Amino acid sequence: MRHLDRQVDPEHSHPLEPYLRMDRIPHIWCSTCGLGTVVNAFLTAVKASGIPREKIAVVSGIGCTGRAAGYVNFDSFHTTHGRAIPFATGLKLANPDLTVIVISGDGDLVAIGGNHLIHAARRNMDINILCVNNFNYAMTGGQFGPTTPKTARTTTTPYGSFEHPFNVPFLVDSCGATYVARWTALHVRHVTTAIQEALTRRGFSFIEVISPCPTVYARRNRLGSGLDLLQFYRDNSIIKNGVDTRECDIRFQEELIVGKFVDVEKPTYLDTMSEYLRESVGERYMPYVGPMQPPQPDNGD
Amino acid sequence: MAANELTNPLLTGAHYWDGDFACAEGAIAAGCRFLAGYPITPSTEIAERMAERFPLVGGTYIQMEDELASMAAVLGAAWGGARAMTVTSGPGFSLMQENIGLGVMTETPCVVVNVQRGGPSTGLPTLTGQQDMMQARWGSHGDYEIIALCPSSPQECFDLVIRAFNLSERYRLPVMFMMDECIGHMTEKVVVPRPGKIHVSQRRWYRGKKEHYKPYLPGKDGVPPMVRAGDDFRFHITGLTHDERGYPVINAACQKTCVSRLVNKIKDNTDQIAILEEEGTEDADVVVVSYGISSRVATRAIALARARGIKVGSLRLVTVWPFPENRIRELARKAKCMVMPEINMGQVYLELERIAGTLCKTTLLPHCGGWVHDPQDILEAIVQGAK
Repeated sequence: MRHLDRQVDPEHSHPLEPYLRMDRIPHIWCSTCGLGTVVNAFLTAVKASGIPREKIAVVSGIGCTGRAAGYVNFDSFHTTHGRAIPFATGLKLANPDLTVIVISGDGDLVAIGGNHLIHAARRNMDINILCVNNFNYAMTGGQFGPTTPKTARTTTTPYGSFEHPFNVPFLVDSCGATYVARWTALHVRHVTTAIQEALTRRGFSFIEVISPCPTVYARRNRLGSGLDLLQFYRDNSIIKNGVDTRECDIRFQEELIVGKFVDVEKPTYLDTMSEYLRESVGERYMPYVGPMQPPQPDNGD
Repeated sequence: MAANELTNPLLTGAHYWDGDFACAEGAIAAGCRFLAGYPITPSTEIAERMAERFPLVGGTYIQMEDELASMAAVLGAAWGGARAMTVTSGPGFSLMQENIGLGVMTETPCVVVNVQRGGPSTGLPTLTGQQDMMQARWGSHGDYEIIALCPSSPQECFDLVIRAFNLSERYRLPVMFMMDECIGHMTEKVVVPRPGKIHVSQRRWYRGKKEHYKPYLPGKDGVPPMVRAGDDFRFHITGLTHDERGYPVINAACQKTCVSRLVNKIKDNTDQIAILEEEGTEDADVVVVSYGISSRVATRAIALARARGIKVGSLRLVTVWPFPENRIRELARKAKCMVMPEINMGQVYLELERIAGTLCKTTLLPHCGGWVHDPQDILEAIVQGAK
């Protein structure tokens, strides 16, 4: 946008600056939070994917991760809590040329937005989900959610959480997701590769990134800084590509199974819709006409 | 191609349709090609008609997992460049409210059809009501102004839903199309005009240079021009209070600029937006103010009153919101009494009383829903009002 017109000193600019809204930097995320790393991986993946950046659309819900849409220099939508996926669904169906990625948190996608997550997976909707899981609602000060491991302390589980958490890869796998991966914020290259794969394949993809929340989650659980958590990920992550997602449960500060769990081909929502209707309706079928066309810019004012 | 072929977007000619069908056909005529919905009585027939028609006219129908998703998908589709709508009733309308607010805040053109039924809660799924009028106005949290239209016949369901789309594009907001169960299920003659005889407003596309584009830099009338995703504007929109760039600014000064404009772009244009149907109001002692199905019932009461020699006129609010304060005030200055039947315990009446209450007598005829008024009750109120 505007800042692209600015003279950038190539020696002092970051190579991903054109993909960021530099007029919105500095961001609001805490020091040693994993979100910067995830956004960096995402932008690197977009750049490597070769997809024209005007065809990338980013949709976020609400929360710390939900702010991602505000920093990336694409068409970007900061929507309501939990509704990023249906918003993205409408956007993609109305404008199928777009590559649509939802970047949001575990609370947004799995709790309040859980219904949309499972149905988008079931439909094999042509959208990509980047779910940053920090095990709690961080924006509101650190409350427990459906991914909080048992015994973890949060402001609303002051004696430790006793609820059974979701195993999110298993959840979306069982609903029909055709691409499911889990990495941590330490696995920068794996995350980048996964996002690139997701962006360039068809159908619904789901990438979970376990990410440090130093300010509210780690502090209340005496886990140290974000750096300490990255060291924990290094020491406790076990890469198991293709593993049965039922085995991917996360327990409090125990081993983390990461990897690319699912990568299968299945007709996507858009494919299925057009193929089925073409056969069922026959010659009378008229595929979606596409979005309304704006006039060519006159560049006159 | 014969006009009655379902592959034709415009089914020119005379039909015998119910309001739900007519609404669906009007939406197609208005260029709507995206509908996200969730089945709910008594609006389902609109979705059913769209599901049948869209694959023949190049539209996309998706049945979402709930009404929250439906409304969110409609907003996404609108930003993708589609003319989009959703249809619902009572409980579904409640579920849509948060995202209607997002639509207001992000100035997203779309149409929300609510075929009203009796409430609260599950209430009367198959029976009529006009109880969502205040919810249509302020159902989402925060301050805003809305546009709401109330058709009173299947013909108007066709004609007015086109108007609803035009207003949504003109003023950039979700427009509430407030039908009711009676109108939705009433079957009457509907005449569909010939192609070229229907006015469909274009989106207010931004025409300037890309590098100068600011998503919320308003035009002279307070409404900003729009772009769609995918055209390299790389814009940002948010439900947060935002500046002209669309960037969040969390302070009272920006809130004032942002909310004032959202409110004033509607309020300041009330007289341009208002569609009022008046009959015999010029020398009326009593003016019956009504909308939707209640105005059909009022017609009978007015006829009976005139047979008794009472000077009674009718003011039908085709647009209920924004409330046509100026015209109500003018009529109230001349009339002895204004009578308002509505199928709720007094919602739009509160506005009538506020505007007209100090100028003439005002009478509410409330109804809990499930049926329409008895014309005799309206007649009685007219007779009392004329005294």
